[in-house]
Amino acid sequence: MMNASAVLGWNRHGLRSALGACLLSLALSAAAAGGGDDESSRDPYEGFNRAMFAVNENLDRFATKPLAQVYDAAVPLPGKVGVGNFFGTVGDAWIGVNNVFQGKFGDAAVDAGRLAINLTLGIFGLFDVASELGLEKHDEDFGQTMAVWGVGDGPYLFWPIIGPRNLRDTAGWVADISVDPIGDVSSIPLRNSLMALRFVDIRSSLLPTDKVIEEAALDKYAYVRDAYMQRRRNQIYDGRPPRLDDY
Amino acid sequence: MKRIAGFIAALLFATVVFAQEAPDVMVQRVTDEVLDLIRKDKDIQTGHTQKLLDLVEKKVLPNFNFTHMTALALGKEWRKASPQQQQQLTAEFKILLVRTYSNALSSYKDQKVVYKPLKMGAADTDVLIRTELIQPGSKPVQLDYSLEKMDAAWKVYDVVVAGISLVTNYRDQFAQEVRNGGIDGLIASIAAKNKSLETAQAGKK
Repeated sequence: MMNASAVLGWNRHGLRSALGACLLSLALSAAAAGGGDDESSRDPYEGFNRAMFAVNENLDRFATKPLAQVYDAAVPLPGKVGVGNFFGTVGDAWIGVNNVFQGKFGDAAVDAGRLAINLTLGIFGLFDVASELGLEKHDEDFGQTMAVWGVGDGPYLFWPIIGPRNLRDTAGWVADISVDPIGDVSSIPLRNSLMALRFVDIRSSLLPTDKVIEEAALDKYAYVRDAYMQRRRNQIYDGRPPRLDDY
Repeated sequence: MKRIAGFIAALLFATVVFAQEAPDVMVQRVTDEVLDLIRKDKDIQTGHTQKLLDLVEKKVLPNFNFTHMTALALGKEWRKASPQQQQQLTAEFKILLVRTYSNALSSYKDQKVVYKPLKMGAADTDVLIRTELIQPGSKPVQLDYSLEKMDAAWKVYDVVVAGISLVTNYRDQFAQEVRNGGIDGLIASIAAKNKSLETAQAGKK
């Protein structure tokens, strides 16, 4: 049993890392070819992306969002906070590794400290004691690490379920899920439940922004795309991006 | 006598200039005031949009430089627009931005706001005020304001939520509208958007 799942795990990892390597080399070549800054060069597959965006809008409207709303209404705040903290703690290890990859050893030490404190004092990550002690949570992933290494954005893509991701961040996402601790949970029903819960938790945390986007956008597709690009740039520069040109 | 009056006037003017509220103090005062009013108001909490818009219009609007905001949202095309077009565009964009900002504020009303210390030189005329919205169970949300020094006071010309500028996020959409129907087409599009939101709001009541 142990062996079988280990073997399965290896196969799964092998497949995912092969896919990741493929996407990474694509991202690298796209970055090398990338040139201009106008809209068409940033979003060359707009037709495909808009179609996928429409698919996702419907998926969200009829399945994901209602589910998130039920979760949001049914679970009391302390429960939701516990869930958010738990998945936050689960993510801290990989965040720390990415900080090491980016040469930010001080931040990585904070992440390690967060993990140690929240897994123990925070009772398996349900309470974010570390934040209260002043160990700030960071926001890192492999897409950001590749950006720091100099990999360009590549073309913008809109995927069903996982949403907007440029080519580099798509490869980064594959790397992220291949090391996801939840993916290694050996009980398949438990693993799937945890993944679903995390998905619903993330979606419900985005519920307040729905109205902002809906009412602000002249063209929702473009609004979401440009917001994604600005947010990623902000994350890559850890909240302090250099200023862009004025008008 | 005239001289003395002139001197007093100059003195008064100088006092006004020196007493000008520091940008970080202003942002904190206005944010705290508005969030406090939102939290206390049962009508706004239950979705009385017009009341929220009126509140933001009264308290926040005087501290925004909408002409600069509109120019920033439009980008290069701004200089090609006639003064009259610039004025119309600013008027329509203002209505849309007030709504966007109100929505953003009210969706974060339960969070605690932390104001980051500001490093500012005496001669600075352009500053970035950083704040953070702390929410239990998730990462803090960054909320930054860009301000510029005007004659009378500091004015906000950009609001950035989680790295996303509520202003420059319109650049591609505006460029697209201008390509399709010129500046006038853009003005008409924003006006139509404002109208439809107003109608939807009236229908809900």
